[in-house]
Amino acid sequence: MSVPRLLLKGILLAATAATATTVTLTPARADAQAKAAAKSHSNATAQKISVPFAIDTLPNGLTLIVHEDHSTPVVTTNVWFHVGSGDEQPSRTGFAHLFEHLMFMGSKNAEYPQFDRLLEAAGANNNGSTTNDRTNYYEDGPSSALPLMLWLEADRMGWLLPTMDKPKVDLQRDVVKNERRQSYENQPYGLVADYDSKLMYPAGHPYSWPVIGSMADLSAASVDDVKNFFRQYYAPNNATIVVAGDVETAEVKALVRKYFSEIPRGPKIDRPSPQPFTVHDTALTLEDRVQLPRLYLNWHTVKGWADDDAELDIAAAILAGSRTSRLTQALVYNGEIATNVFARQSGKRLDGDFSIVATARPGKALDTLRTVIDAEIRRLAAEGPTVRELDQAKNALEASFLRRIESVAGKANQLNSYFYQTGKPDSFQADLDRYRNVSAADVQRVVRKYLQTNRVMISVVPQGKTELAAKKGVTQ
Amino acid sequence: MKVSSLLVAGALLSPATLTAQTTASFDRTKPPALGKTPTLHLPAIQRSTLANGVGIQLVGQHEVPLVQVTLVIDGGSRLDGAQPGLAGFSSRMLTEAAGTRDANALQSELAFIGATLNTGALADVFIVSLNVPKRSLGAALDLMADVTLRPQFRAADIRRQRDLALAGILQRKDQPTQIASLAFNQIIFPAGHPYHNSSAGDSASIASIDSARVRAFYNASFVSSRARFIVVGDVGKAELESLLASRFSAWKSGATPLTIPTVSVQPRSNASTQLYLVDKPGAAQSVVYIGNPGADRRSPDYPAISVMNTILGGSFSARLMSNLRETKGYTYGVSSSFRWAPVAGPFAISSSVRTNVTDSSLVEIFKELRAIRETPVSTAELDRAKAYIALALPARFETNAEIAGQLVDLGTFSLPLSSVRDFGARVNAVTAADVQRVARQYMQADRETIVVVGDLAKIRAGIEALKLGTITVLDVGAVAR
Repeated sequence: MSVPRLLLKGILLAATAATATTVTLTPARADAQAKAAAKSHSNATAQKISVPFAIDTLPNGLTLIVHEDHSTPVVTTNVWFHVGSGDEQPSRTGFAHLFEHLMFMGSKNAEYPQFDRLLEAAGANNNGSTTNDRTNYYEDGPSSALPLMLWLEADRMGWLLPTMDKPKVDLQRDVVKNERRQSYENQPYGLVADYDSKLMYPAGHPYSWPVIGSMADLSAASVDDVKNFFRQYYAPNNATIVVAGDVETAEVKALVRKYFSEIPRGPKIDRPSPQPFTVHDTALTLEDRVQLPRLYLNWHTVKGWADDDAELDIAAAILAGSRTSRLTQALVYNGEIATNVFARQSGKRLDGDFSIVATARPGKALDTLRTVIDAEIRRLAAEGPTVRELDQAKNALEASFLRRIESVAGKANQLNSYFYQTGKPDSFQADLDRYRNVSAADVQRVVRKYLQTNRVMISVVPQGKTELAAKKGVTQ
Repeated sequence: MKVSSLLVAGALLSPATLTAQTTASFDRTKPPALGKTPTLHLPAIQRSTLANGVGIQLVGQHEVPLVQVTLVIDGGSRLDGAQPGLAGFSSRMLTEAAGTRDANALQSELAFIGATLNTGALADVFIVSLNVPKRSLGAALDLMADVTLRPQFRAADIRRQRDLALAGILQRKDQPTQIASLAFNQIIFPAGHPYHNSSAGDSASIASIDSARVRAFYNASFVSSRARFIVVGDVGKAELESLLASRFSAWKSGATPLTIPTVSVQPRSNASTQLYLVDKPGAAQSVVYIGNPGADRRSPDYPAISVMNTILGGSFSARLMSNLRETKGYTYGVSSSFRWAPVAGPFAISSSVRTNVTDSSLVEIFKELRAIRETPVSTAELDRAKAYIALALPARFETNAEIAGQLVDLGTFSLPLSSVRDFGARVNAVTAADVQRVARQYMQADRETIVVVGDLAKIRAGIEALKLGTITVLDVGAVAR
């Protein structure tokens, strides 16, 4: 779950495009071959993706990654702080995200509301978002705005506290509470966020509460909390900054050293590994003001980039990634008992979970959907996917990789993400290879291992219609 | 701004030395000056025409091996006539089964070659949009041609998709923002106006659609005489022409295409402010829409309106955000917008506000509406808004989809590509007096239409006490019908 400072309305659909990325094509496949490939092996071996970059580590621990792309005169600055809701105290849930809001409330040399005003006057947009594992901040604009972007980011990384006070915390506390109302409480099915993390992860586990947090914990957050959190986590040695676009690497390195070098290194951060655990097999029914019932199934899996992570992603695509995927066919198109179905492996930094979400057609009970889902999981576990299913999932995924490197903003965030997860910013090809190497037997194995075990099942039904809820079933 | 090469070598220096040097070398209390303003490079368009008259615009982009092919056909939801949602539903049925393939085989083939192919109707055009890795362009265009020229409209597919569409319409009752938006447009654009209904239609209309109706509509609206290709990506002109000619040259215009109707129904003009309330018991927030019919995209006031709206509610530091979010804490977000269309679309201020400050939020929104009409904006605000729009123009041409989107838009309004550069110049020429004039002309502060969706038991008395205007309570079932 990612929670932004401001929800952007009308975001453009995935883009395509002009970049300096090196994409080396090995033998291009002619049309006839592409058609013939339907019967043969995957055509997902055609190209290598590489996003060239330069890296610089400052004496204070700040890591800078620069990617040049001169095709359009734009630049993006993308800062990741390696702190998320998983670092919160259990009595201060939602704090990492509240803190994200406070980062826009002014700093010593750029007092509120200069941050937004200066960037807008430079033709630039900005925003931030918080997940379980990290908080990011970014500015997108014309290349002429780069020094301003870096100066502003440096000022709030180094000098946020001199202007921090209770009125600022109180104001953004109200804004975040409004965000919680808008994005969860006033949304159909939004109340699930208060239950799924808590049921999936044991008390005290960093993922056992939602990123948005609870109203009571948000109310309790104090200025002292803000100061302590900043000193602990908002230090250059806990941050990485990617600058991508129409820039010169040497100039970016010089600017970053100029603006950020003075910021002192912060303390070393100890993060104890969470204890291993087993999910309790759970069935919960919630009543909501909704027209149609919806079923949520969650299994405990593995963290991102661990063994089986890519295999589970492919399993999700085979179950519900396309019109012809198994659950989509069985529930929506052949069975006609659901309006939609989604499946997803969510491999986070410390742990992961796999979810299937399906909405019933009018008049259909969730146990009917649950029965079909269980049968399809059993079938995939027993027989594995066909070669065609596997190749289709890989090819669709490969195309989505290409679409991800279309904009400098997309590449910048991905470079930061890969660096955090693997220590190597340009892991595009390595990531793609993880998926290319998945076999039918791998998919069968992970379905057996992870999806035929304890799970958390939540039925959301229209008020007074608890008879539409699903019952515990067996997938073995 | 340029930093000396000595600092580039800073990694070799000790932290202390470096700190001393950097602090001494510049004044951190002053924001750095902006660099040289980048030049707006408009993409080069290569034009050609198929034998049947269908135009092609190509913008070559060769760094990522992807191609975006957009087929635009004039028409869209304006052709709905008496059947709301017909254009949108019919155009989405093109990808159900086409050529020799049933829907599953078609979708499986698309996914297998890594392509996405979407069809649909906007208010004024139909869109068939293909995005595909270059190596599968030919195979994907085969499927695109099947979908565009040889859709099957099988009765079983139409019935199933109709049921799914009806379930989607039913779920609009769950969404307070959708309810507010539907009500607002139904009120300010009376029945018979093309923007009265949402392009998704309503349940009665969708329920009456069958495969014969879809086929008849398709035959009369998907005609080559109204079509053009916009292609952006990794393909050359000769190759593209050959790929398209072999697949689309035989496409003929239908015998009697549907006439694209002119707009005969006038948008609503209030004599005084009118309030419409929709009850949503237990709602955690109230959704507020305030506005009036706006302006059309070809209006000479388009640049001034864009600047005015940026100041009022079109950016993060806009007045509405500064007031309702950043000062009062009433909301997570509030914005104003003009929807640009060939005929005047809506102007609306919208927000989700805390239930117990619904009335106070209306007061503050009207305060801002009046202020921008009554007092000239400051030079700082004006300059910031102009820069925010004009300096961001190059970013509109970064990705294939963004370039294609710009060309689709310009084509919809019959505007040349050069109008983008002209727009930047015209934005930079807008004055505070212009802003005030368009605020007065296009926002009817004393004759607005207000829609509030929320818990009426908690908010109605407070709203009534404001005495903003006549109150009408609408039934959610009648709005999200």
